[in-house]
Amino acid sequence: MTEPAVAVAGLRRDYDERPALGGVDVSLRQGESLLVVGPNGAGKTTLLRILATLLRPSSGEVRVLGAQLPAEAWKVRGRIGLLGHEPLLYRDLSGRENLRFQARLHGLRGEAAEARISELLAAVEMDRRADDRVTELSAGMRQRLAVCRCVLHEPELLLLDEPDSNLDASGRALAGELIGSRSDRTRVLVSHDPERYRREADRTLELGPGGRVAAA
Amino acid sequence: MTPSRAAFAAILAKDLRAELRTLQSLPAMALFAVTTFVIFRFGLDRTQLSGSLAAGVLWATLLFAAILGINRLFVAEREEGGFDAIRLAPIDRSALFAAKATALVAYLVAVELVVVPVFALFFLDSAAPLPPLALVLLLADLGLAATGTLISSMAVNSRARDLLTPLVLLPLVVPLSIAATGALEPLLAVGGPGYHRFGTWLAVLGLYDLIFLLVGYAVFDFLLED
Repeated sequence: MTEPAVAVAGLRRDYDERPALGGVDVSLRQGESLLVVGPNGAGKTTLLRILATLLRPSSGEVRVLGAQLPAEAWKVRGRIGLLGHEPLLYRDLSGRENLRFQARLHGLRGEAAEARISELLAAVEMDRRADDRVTELSAGMRQRLAVCRCVLHEPELLLLDEPDSNLDASGRALAGELIGSRSDRTRVLVSHDPERYRREADRTLELGPGGRVAAA
Repeated sequence: MTPSRAAFAAILAKDLRAELRTLQSLPAMALFAVTTFVIFRFGLDRTQLSGSLAAGVLWATLLFAAILGINRLFVAEREEGGFDAIRLAPIDRSALFAAKATALVAYLVAVELVVVPVFALFFLDSAAPLPPLALVLLLADLGLAATGTLISSMAVNSRARDLLTPLVLLPLVVPLSIAATGALEPLLAVGGPGYHRFGTWLAVLGLYDLIFLLVGYAVFDFLLED
């Protein structure tokens, strides 16, 4: 039996005295999608950041792609794609320069990197504006670039926090090809609009105020 | 894991490209230094400086100009999500420290190429001390970059970073300042450069550089944790 892509047991995270996540248990097989829903302040983004190795849990067990977090975080960096509230793009560089920078950090170089970048830019219809500085682009265009950044290194696990933010209908459709259910990757999706993603999610985790699990 | 050399080169190239495109730090640092020399010239009412006074004026001006650049060193990483993007990549995080410190050395050298000749024009009667002075400044720049990169990476997460950086950095660079001015003083002596205890001060500068580069390499990974 294959190991789950994500296995979380009794996960807690506190910010000083305030609990952000209170005892989350969830498991996700490879290729499955988990939808995380809940009101503001329920700890959805905190959960994603812990799975992305960017935050340490206060207590509990977290295994991602076979690695125990946070001790073995180095094993999964480079195998995760995070699409968060911020596009994680440098404003004074162009979209293409940002993607080249990310490609080099992930060990992609030369013609292979250029081909992958061009392919992704074309996939989100940003090839014509790829050499404009990010600061000159609209929020929706930045989000399209952020989608490219997220999947550039072919991650096995996608962590998507409101992935449709700022995207128009065309942008949503194009991004869906890269990060949607047809991408065949394991996905953890956070959304305020559960109905939009309910159909493509294999499981749903509902968080309540203070990160308590309301339903799973 | 991406090789550290590739990560270092990528981060350094990104920083230098962004600075050359926006010129957010270099002109401010150079302008600050030149303005300070003008203030010293009229404040001291002297057209020539030598010895410890010249060394003090030059080093203090360069140090405070450097703080302007150090304050901004990690602003893009903080405000544009660079920290997260870099922490998600399969790289040794000390590559970020090495790249930022190297970028800072590049900024300091670029500023000194402009402002040290201005200092010589304002206060020296010959250019003879400039070649050995360049060696002292390069060693001092390495130490300042190592310490400044460490402090800047910690201070950038605070809203009071503009206050925090000088308050924490200045006490840490007291030994560096003593060694730098100690080495500069005989070079700027009346009657041409001398080399009294020059080698000793260079060794102290080198030792300071080594200690803070090693400290930075050892602790930087922990500084990036949440």
